Amino acid sequence: MTTAGSRPTPAGRPTPPGTGGAPTPPGNRATGVTSEDLVTYALRLGDDALIMAQRLGSLVTNLPELEEDLAVANIALDLLGQARALLTYAGQLEGKGRGEDELALERDEREFLNVQLVELPDRDFAVTMGRLLLFSTYQLGLYRALTGSRDETLAGVAAKAAKEVAYHRDHAEHWVVRLGDGTEESHARMQAGLAEVWPYGAELFEVDAVQERLERAEVAPDLAALRPGWESSIGEVLAEATLEPVETSWEPSGGRRGLHTESFGYLLAEMQHLRRSHPGARW
Amino acid sequence: MPADTGIEGRDQAPSEVRVAGEVEELERRFQELVDADQRIEPRDWMPEGYRRTLIRQIAQHAHSEIIGMQPEGNWITRAPSLKRKAILLAKVQDEGGHGIYLYSAAETLGVSRDELVDLLHSGRQKYSSIFNYPTLTWADVGAIGWLVDGAAITNQIPLCRCSYGPYGRAMVRICKEESFHQRQGYDILYTLARGTPRQREMAQDAVNRWWWPSLMMFGPPDEASQHSAQSMAWGIKRHSNDELRQRFVDVTVPQAEVLGLSLPDPEIRWNEDRGHYDFGPIDWDELRRVVSGDGPCNRQRMAHKVAAHENGRWVREAALAYEAKLEAGYKRGARASGRAA
Ligand SMILES: [Fe+2]
Ligand SMILES: [Fe+2]
Repeated sequence: MTTAGSRPTPAGRPTPPGTGGAPTPPGNRATGVTSEDLVTYALRLGDDALIMAQRLGSLVTNLPELEEDLAVANIALDLLGQARALLTYAGQLEGKGRGEDELALERDEREFLNVQLVELPDRDFAVTMGRLLLFSTYQLGLYRALTGSRDETLAGVAAKAAKEVAYHRDHAEHWVVRLGDGTEESHARMQAGLAEVWPYGAELFEVDAVQERLERAEVAPDLAALRPGWESSIGEVLAEATLEPVETSWEPSGGRRGLHTESFGYLLAEMQHLRRSHPGARW
Repeated sequence: MPADTGIEGRDQAPSEVRVAGEVEELERRFQELVDADQRIEPRDWMPEGYRRTLIRQIAQHAHSEIIGMQPEGNWITRAPSLKRKAILLAKVQDEGGHGIYLYSAAETLGVSRDELVDLLHSGRQKYSSIFNYPTLTWADVGAIGWLVDGAAITNQIPLCRCSYGPYGRAMVRICKEESFHQRQGYDILYTLARGTPRQREMAQDAVNRWWWPSLMMFGPPDEASQHSAQSMAWGIKRHSNDELRQRFVDVTVPQAEVLGLSLPDPEIRWNEDRGHYDFGPIDWDELRRVVSGDGPCNRQRMAHKVAAHENGRWVREAALAYEAKLEAGYKRGARASGRAA
């Protein structure tokens, strides 16, 4: 299980238009985007997956039933695999000798580019599943579109990940429907959980200058085009679950620029302390 | 349900009504099968004591897998590399899977998983005492893999041939995964032992703390073991506690040498005459204390397990209520929710 070996290869995929099948260096003439933008993008996607995996991993042994411990561990493992591939790629593009571990375990709070949604603490199982529904539905649309990216590495990661997150989304839907339309108590808790995570969904579709350039180069999918599908897909689940859509004008944001919530520092402290306590050690 | 016994008297449970001599005949046939190394299957007749012994043993084994997820799960959020984090997550997930296979094996004997979990939560069934020790440093994850999974494999390989079919088959699947776990644990310690002085110290400290409790995993010495003789006759157990413990020591001492770590027992030395390693006396009082509830983590492990169960009650109730609505036709029914993928 080497780092390099864990990165899905884009072999067998149809050659994207314009590359003529020739091997292209990362960051790169074929796509016309700068390495810097690509690094930012790989970190954004990789950090999303990593931090979500970290939150879910911390729940194992605390879930409502044994099967759920296993399902959540499985989802965390998938996300961790995505994070490793994306962070490894970011490190290669960056060219400063940083690998997945240096990026995950040695960066500071302000250098992480994940959305705030994934770092929210899991106060309640309804929060966990509501958040997973928002996030996995977004990831599913994103990865499916990203398989057509002109960046072959990203397209390869996305092809594998899209299959994984389809299962995550099914799992989240399974629970949101059962909690929403289960008992009176579960309905109330699911509605409250949804209210807690919903405002953070907007950040998933935020477009800044980097995102715009990547979209223009057909490296990143058009986020604005993905949003209606995300909204209707979640809307269907909420209807099935007898849950009310959340009305809010509050749209917290900042994660993509390294601005996070207060709880995030604690998450990093826990995740990073061992490696940081032993500078230069190998594990 | 047992097959028709052809006996009158419907007020009594059919399985308990046997004409004189019939039970002796069944017992004789059962013992013949066991002695011939044939498998007993759930629908076969079996002595009540055999059934009860198996339920107790399989349940204890299942509970151990589940409680064992806690000390290792304790390091998932703090693993020092993403690769180690992934391996640990997968390991903890495997242990939960082992618990599920084993609960299913126990269910073939006529108890439900819910009943067994209740017995665990109320303290009437136990789990392996090894999990009542804390995982204090990252090296403990390595020591558990190497020593605890290693001891478990030594115990469990003979169980693959257990006379009770479902248990033996569950053990075959489990043993394969346990040997991965052991190699991964060994690899953690190997890396630490060749790392910085502080890493090496961490590895040695973990081995010092886990060595004796691992030897205790094989249970009390043969002369004090209550159930052994009958379990052997029934083909549940194949080797005595002391034989298995010796086998573990013999395999592990050379591995410690390769690691370059010492074992915390000055009396370990090769005994040419016996063809085994000698080792020092085990503190059986410690095992008794930990088994009876006074280990460092007994209270913590049970409180954690019970809290997870209680905190999840509303979720399980919601799932049941939802299924009831589906069945009552209140819902249009199976929309593509669930595991379509
Ligand atoms: Fe296991
Ligand atoms: Fe194991």
